Amino acid sequence: MTIAVNPSQTGEPVFYVADEHPHPEGWSTSLGFWIYLMSDCLIFAILFATFGVLGGNYAAGPAPKDLFDLNLVAVNTSMLLLSSITYGFAMLTMQQNKVAQTQVWLAITGLFGLAFIGIELTEFAHMIHEGATPQRSAFLSAFFTLVGTHGLHVSCGLIWLVTLMVQVQKFGLIEANRRRLMCLSMFWHFLDVVWIGVFTFVYLLGVLR
Amino acid sequence: MNTDTHAAGADDHHHGDSHAHGTFSTYMLGFVLSVVLTAIPFWLVMSGALPSKQITALVIMAFAVVQIVVHMIYFLHMNTTSENGWSMMALIFTIVMVVIALSGSLWVMSHLNSNMMPMHQMSGMK
Repeated sequence: MTIAVNPSQTGEPVFYVADEHPHPEGWSTSLGFWIYLMSDCLIFAILFATFGVLGGNYAAGPAPKDLFDLNLVAVNTSMLLLSSITYGFAMLTMQQNKVAQTQVWLAITGLFGLAFIGIELTEFAHMIHEGATPQRSAFLSAFFTLVGTHGLHVSCGLIWLVTLMVQVQKFGLIEANRRRLMCLSMFWHFLDVVWIGVFTFVYLLGVLR
Repeated sequence: MNTDTHAAGADDHHHGDSHAHGTFSTYMLGFVLSVVLTAIPFWLVMSGALPSKQITALVIMAFAVVQIVVHMIYFLHMNTTSENGWSMMALIFTIVMVVIALSGSLWVMSHLNSNMMPMHQMSGMK
């Protein structure tokens, strides 16, 4: 609504009191979600900085060379990469309004994500079994915090994915569900971007050290 | 173009579709590029193909930066026009913050480390 005071002949000031015009529901969601992702990026930046500072303090304990199995990390990385492209396919079929195919691609994405978490937990269990616990050295504390935070994000993404699959099953590909799927797509691809940093700086550079 | 309609206070809105979408070919291109950009650093480290560790480290860091850009463009559909450029502004601000936090922490802490008295010397001073 706009209230405009017409300019009078006496040279009085002119005021415009305008409400913000109405917006369709969810029009600012993608920008807002992007800003959330950027703030999440800062969390990971702090954890990377901590790892960068403490990554060499082994306290006479195990070093990356003794702990990391790069073959396993490569398999893990491919799981996350495959889940990224299958989520992309889910978005493409969503744009074509194919509910069943979208659900199938989302399910495949979820399975790859589950495989990623499974492999990561196996790796953690193996390390802890060998005595490489977070309490062992500053390097291991920083490692478990950084990689664990990423794994926690992926786990939350999986819960979100299942929730959205139920939503799509119940209500179909309505506008709200499309918006939610778009947000999860940004979240999922963002986690893949963070993983690039993890496998490069933690695993590859760690083994190289 | 959205800015113009805002300024005019016009009734027609184009908010909903300002987010870019990918196509099958852009997703596949992004996927193939990221597979290649992942495989090469892993191969370099696992085979030790390059003579020095410093060179290998620099090369795999360069690959990581390129792969992050590839993901940003092909998977996250970043461009300078989506959301009237505000998502790019947020991204640039975040990159500046990340660079300050990372380089600052590493720089200060490495200086602190090299200026600290070594532990064995300290235990001798009783």
